[in-house]
Amino acid sequence: MAGETILEVKNLVKYFPITKGFIFQRQVGAVKAVDDVSFSIRQGETLGLVGESGCGKTTTGRVILRLMEPTSGEASFEGRNIFKLSKEELRRMRRNMQIIFQDPYSSLNPRMTVGDIIGEPLEIHNLARGKEKVRRVQELLDVVGLSPYHANRYPHEFSGGQRQRIGIARALAVNPKLIICDEPVSALDVSIQAQVLNLLEELQKEFGLTYLFIAHDLSVVKHISDRIAVMYLGRIVEVAPTEELFANPQHPYTEALLSAVPIPDPGMRRQRIILPGDVPSPINPPKGCRFHTRCNYVQDRCRVNDQPLLDVGSGHYVACEVLPFKHQRSKAAVLKAPTS
Amino acid sequence: MAEPLLSVRNLKTYFYTDEGVVRAVDGLTYDLHKGETLGIVGESGCGKSVHALSVMRLIPTPPGKIVEGEILFEGKNLLKLPDEEMRHIRGNRIAMIFQEPMTSLNPVLTIGEQIAEAVILHQKVDKKAAWERAIEMLERVKMPEARERVRDYPHQFSGGMRQRVMIAMALSCNPSVLIADEPTTALDVTIQAQILELVKELQREFNMAVIIITHNLGVVAEMTDNVVVMYAGRPVEHTEVRRIFQDPKHPYTWGLLHSIPKLYERKERLIPIEGQPPSLIDLPPGCAFAPRCPFAMEICVREDPPDYQIQAGHSAKCYLYSQHATEEDKRVAAKAGLAVSTRSS
Repeated sequence: MAGETILEVKNLVKYFPITKGFIFQRQVGAVKAVDDVSFSIRQGETLGLVGESGCGKTTTGRVILRLMEPTSGEASFEGRNIFKLSKEELRRMRRNMQIIFQDPYSSLNPRMTVGDIIGEPLEIHNLARGKEKVRRVQELLDVVGLSPYHANRYPHEFSGGQRQRIGIARALAVNPKLIICDEPVSALDVSIQAQVLNLLEELQKEFGLTYLFIAHDLSVVKHISDRIAVMYLGRIVEVAPTEELFANPQHPYTEALLSAVPIPDPGMRRQRIILPGDVPSPINPPKGCRFHTRCNYVQDRCRVNDQPLLDVGSGHYVACEVLPFKHQRSKAAVLKAPTS
Repeated sequence: MAEPLLSVRNLKTYFYTDEGVVRAVDGLTYDLHKGETLGIVGESGCGKSVHALSVMRLIPTPPGKIVEGEILFEGKNLLKLPDEEMRHIRGNRIAMIFQEPMTSLNPVLTIGEQIAEAVILHQKVDKKAAWERAIEMLERVKMPEARERVRDYPHQFSGGMRQRVMIAMALSCNPSVLIADEPTTALDVTIQAQILELVKELQREFNMAVIIITHNLGVVAEMTDNVVVMYAGRPVEHTEVRRIFQDPKHPYTWGLLHSIPKLYERKERLIPIEGQPPSLIDLPPGCAFAPRCPFAMEICVREDPPDYQIQAGHSAKCYLYSQHATEEDKRVAAKAGLAVSTRSS
């Protein structure tokens, strides 16, 4: 599983300017959608990126592909900085990096047949033309569980789950190494979600794909990811291997997030942590730790000091000093106590 | 058991469209008692929301029509009431909250005006008292600085706060039944947790019966006492919440539970339900789930199964529980993990 680092993101920042005025526009502020985000993904791995709406997870994915230009920072794919590439180099680079969008209704051109949709990337990248293209499209349709005769139909003739399969086939067409999956199953019905998740896993095994899997549904992310990064207000607050994150969340936000997910088991009793209030606006994020306005463990220094990610061992990083310390103490207490 | 507060009997709501008749709700029956929480679960298009609109008598006619059935509220059949009397019940005795709090609030009225409007309409109070009631309700749903925010417009609130406004409005007349149609689907998980907790608290406080309509099995497990599972307009299983999760009897319920990834369980592979939900226009003659059912028998594609009582308070619409199922059929299902025999539980 753990191969070479394929994608490395360093100090990524993306601000959206807020302007005032009609002709002479001047900037009066910025939405700090992504503010100093760093992470890396290894070859063949799935990194889950979770967070609530507006936390910057989708923007992160889009900036990495340069579907939006970054404000600052670095993202290197196999050692080459994506943000420094010329247009032509970027186009060639995109063969390696593809994306699957959330909404299978708006991400497919309604005027193109499925065959044209899947065949377009083949033409753009000069991979196949004519008969060869038709053959390849049919092969791709087969790979994602559709029939070759679907190539002549239009997107509106398909259900949501089938459309998402078309989107996946389009992403696969150029044999990419990395696929950014942006909420690929959120728009689908529960019974269809499992079909698409299984398909993504099969494709990963078959083609050795690397995924950056962006989603807000924790159970879905847990199922598919090897490691998970949790985002809050434009920052990564915790990164850990999946099992570790769920067994031992170290950031107060992760802890609350995990406890907030309703569990489909009426017999299960848990301590639920209800966070007070709403997520603050990313235009004026709180000073110090961005989570301090809703945190149950907040201390004075949290309101002043911005907390970087700390290494707490076994690949686990957390942007909090207070809770991990508390955990260590309670763990020590458990070790001393003669209970099971 | 006491007389049910709300009793839906064999409800059928159809829509007459150019393409054909859409059987959105096709034979739904349940009882709701005082203080109870009933969950209605199913995927999009299974008829769960249309059922709610039917109870409120808000089905647009045409094209929709309630073609059969009874909706008894405190013994009165709502479907036979004149419009004027129905207006006294709707929003007053039976209230509803919707999925999308932004589109269900009026953007050009302050939230105070909207809550007060409902109060003035149903209770004989003057404007001032209604306004005070609006503030009181906002405080009850834990709106911070309610007295100031009552003058704000919907767009000035976050999604979670808007849903609180909806709840305040729904509860402003002390309803005895609250229908919540996907109340938290549009919200983030941490906000969802706040709202669910609030609904639970208010339910106790107001001693209401609640119907929660959702596709989220986690919400069902945490909130409800009894559950109706719907598929393609038809109720396929009906029992108390524990049995749904621990001993599901209908292959659809069983499949649904196996297809979702669980937070505290490790699974290498999900077991999806193959195929996709049918179009409600030309449903096959047999069981609507038969084309996707791994245990479908010959009779399932020919005839729609009736409800089979499996034990007290647990019924499933499936031929596996009839004499049509051979020992072999039951063995195959049991081997796959669907406990057909009633003794196993």
